[in-house]
Amino acid sequence: MQTSLTQAMALIYRGDLVLAFRRWEQIAQPVVFFTMVTTLVPLALSPELSELREIAGGVLWIAALLAALLGLEFMYRADHADGTLEQMLLSGQPLAWLVLAKTAAHWTASGLPLVLISPLLAISLGVPSDALCVLMTSLALGTGILSALGAIGAALTLGLRRGSVLLSLLVLPLAMPALIFGARGVDMAIHGEVARGPLLLLGAMFVLSLTLSPLAVSAALRISQE
Amino acid sequence: MNLAQFLAMGGYAVYVWPSFGLTLILLIHNVRAARRYHASAREQAMRRIDSSRKQP
Amino acid sequence: MNWTWFHKLASPPHFYRLAGRMTPWFGWPAFLLIVVGLYGGLVLAPPDYQQGDAFRIVYVHAPSAWMSMFIYATLAVSAAIGLIWRIKLAHAVAAAAAPIGAWFTCAALATGSIWGKPMWGTWWVWDARLTSELILLFLYLGFIALRASIDDRERADRACAVLAIVGVINLPIIHYSVDWWNTLHQGSTITKLGKPSMTFDMLWPLLTMILGFTLYFGAVLLTRLRGEVIRRERDASWLREELAR
Repeated sequence: MQTSLTQAMALIYRGDLVLAFRRWEQIAQPVVFFTMVTTLVPLALSPELSELREIAGGVLWIAALLAALLGLEFMYRADHADGTLEQMLLSGQPLAWLVLAKTAAHWTASGLPLVLISPLLAISLGVPSDALCVLMTSLALGTGILSALGAIGAALTLGLRRGSVLLSLLVLPLAMPALIFGARGVDMAIHGEVARGPLLLLGAMFVLSLTLSPLAVSAALRISQE
Repeated sequence: MNLAQFLAMGGYAVYVWPSFGLTLILLIHNVRAARRYHASAREQAMRRIDSSRKQP
Repeated sequence: MNWTWFHKLASPPHFYRLAGRMTPWFGWPAFLLIVVGLYGGLVLAPPDYQQGDAFRIVYVHAPSAWMSMFIYATLAVSAAIGLIWRIKLAHAVAAAAAPIGAWFTCAALATGSIWGKPMWGTWWVWDARLTSELILLFLYLGFIALRASIDDRERADRACAVLAIVGVINLPIIHYSVDWWNTLHQGSTITKLGKPSMTFDMLWPLLTMILGFTLYFGAVLLTRLRGEVIRRERDASWLREELAR
């Protein structure tokens, strides 16, 4: 019985999610980290909401970026260890699509929780409620971009000792453009401006990373598996 | 324009000369590092060839 | 089309010898051009209307910045060639070029920073060009770090090649984003660390320096490459004969 590509992708997506939700800590950790970093800022700067509001866009974006980085190294580690990765490579299914499914699962377990908690943290930094929609959209796109780009780093550093530090070093420069536009979009929304420009650019980056990164990831996985 | 004026660089000497000096140092360093890289590679290779020759 | 010359070139023993013969042809002209360029830039060129003699820093800053980008492009292209056509020498080129490019990036950052002090009063500004150079440095460091972290040479070569390709695709995106970000927050003061509008007197030394630096890169790259080739060809028989010469 042949498994179709969509079936294979669905299997991977569901399987990864089931595994992720079995270990609550792995989902909770980035969220807690996000919360804590956001808490550091008022402590370090000032409790004045008027001041916090000015930097809220950047702070939320940086904190989300770093929190999302945390979960990246686990993306392929378990599969590499137990041989699932080898099965994926040998399965005869186009690897790039399987990678896409894995990336989507990773985002659902790691990026999405950050997006969902962001309104709470934003309010704590004095962000007005009509900016929250833009915030969540930009973070959704941004964490998506990071899952896609981060997958490349995760695949390249697979199995290396101290891979996680190297992973951050590799992925952060690639994430900087998204940070620039994402933070700017949130900033504009906070000040009541329409944030369409940055959001559209962010969307374009998202599409680009979603389409190209699986190719790079598959190449990297084959290289790391040999 | 005499030497003193040239060295003073219109008052900007403290910026101009370190910039050029730094760049020069880096240029020289890269040449030496490349040569050392090549030389040490040769050395290691020679040692391995010699030691493999000594083995019966 | 007779491709023998190409296969010959990619063959390590041939390349090793050829590189050795070619190095002085890059090295000496480079030395000459740099000396001439320095004289032209430091002595002959008139001081700038606005920046006075401080503008002369351009004669080391701009060539360094140019080299940092040119070398990264070279690195990415050779790594891609190595990955796609599995030519080991191409991977060696990328490996050898990386540290040279990283140093040029540092030089561009340092001279750019020093140049900024008399111009804007601070040792660092988040100027679009400087920020882009800084991110380029991170890309170089990532490449070098990844190579250092992987013990298996072939895996290191190929992983770094993927990284280089991803990096070079991102480079225009990064460049554009940083540019946009910079103009956004720009006050009325000029932030472009650009070349001042140049007369020919000022321009020819700059071009001479750029050409000199490029040839210099050729010479240093060839030397490093010879070292790389030896390290990669460890047990090859040609090595014994070659080194016995």
